[in-house]
Amino acid sequence: MNLIQEFSKGIWKENAVFKLLLGMCPVLAVTTSAENGLGMGLATTFVLVCSNIVVALLRKLIPSKVRIPAFIIVIATFVTVVQLSMEAWVYGLYQALGIFIPLIVVNCLILGRAEAFASKNPVLRSVFDGLGMGLGFTLALFILGSVREIFGSGAILGFNLFGTGYQPMLLMILPPGAFITLGLLLAAMNKYEAR
Amino acid sequence: MKDISRLLIALTLIAAGAGLILSLVEGVTREPIKEQRRIQMLKALSAVLPEFDNSPDSDTVVLENGVDAKGNPVQVIFYRGRKGDELTGTAFKVVAPDGYSGNIEVMVGVKPDETLQAIEILAHAETPGLGSKITEPWFKDLFKSKGLDNADWRVKKDGGEFDQITGATISPRAIVGAIKKGLTFYREHKQEIVSQGAAQ
Repeated sequence: MNLIQEFSKGIWKENAVFKLLLGMCPVLAVTTSAENGLGMGLATTFVLVCSNIVVALLRKLIPSKVRIPAFIIVIATFVTVVQLSMEAWVYGLYQALGIFIPLIVVNCLILGRAEAFASKNPVLRSVFDGLGMGLGFTLALFILGSVREIFGSGAILGFNLFGTGYQPMLLMILPPGAFITLGLLLAAMNKYEAR
Repeated sequence: MKDISRLLIALTLIAAGAGLILSLVEGVTREPIKEQRRIQMLKALSAVLPEFDNSPDSDTVVLENGVDAKGNPVQVIFYRGRKGDELTGTAFKVVAPDGYSGNIEVMVGVKPDETLQAIEILAHAETPGLGSKITEPWFKDLFKSKGLDNADWRVKKDGGEFDQITGATISPRAIVGAIKKGLTFYREHKQEIVSQGAAQ
């Protein structure tokens, strides 16, 4: 498998959200708008790529008995880096994502890639794997956030789409809207794949 | 035994590396974060205070208002805005603990005649689209020029005069209650708040 395949499998074939259904907590909770989905996705991608690099570098040094705590320390470190940087330089996003930034630590997508891929593969392959998986995750969050924002707020990325007469479908930005949107998207994808 | 010491050393080294990276990042971001918080604070203060030409975030009076659930004293910081030598208004934060989800933090600006200049919602976690309407200008404007003596501090549903939000009575009720408490505290301590020298 070459590097391009390593990268592209995360976007579609093994997409973390649409195919593996990993990391559902941020997927459902922060996708109330396209911007939030994008921000969360990119933050997760950054942490994923960094932790993949470090785990791949240290993979021969970490004794397998303590690999899980070692991975968690690495991941938590990068999450804290992201949190501090966001608070310092993108304060608006930091406020919008709130509690979900520290919760990136427990996103099983990241630990899953460290355990299943980066701990068994060289650095470069792990970088491409992390990039692909992360961007696939970002794409999924962005799609979900866009659909929910369009129906729930009548806007996309903050731009009003339908004018003032539009009565927003409030349900879509409340928690049930996340489940409904995700379910419909999954159904559409399965239908498409089954043809 | 040998095995265990290997595990310990590996984990210790990783944790030490993590600590090193974190201390570096913390050092780099400390100043920008402080600056961000200050900007946010000043933004809120300029929104609620009448015209001022001093820096209210350094012209403060700190008073204690009861104790919290753990028995620690609750501090209220009063930010004083001045134009020339004259006090134009005082801003302070009130917290409504009885919002629909979590605390609602509100910055209120009080004019010297004890009526409100304006309010600003600093932090809340109310339902998007329902309770979150408390951040909209029409709601915040309801409080303009209202004081303890010229308003009935209840929402309309409870017989007062403040419009509640359709589908979300709890959030406005919490805010109205918290601001009333804040104004009462201000009145009781007005002398200290207005005349005390700036705390450095």
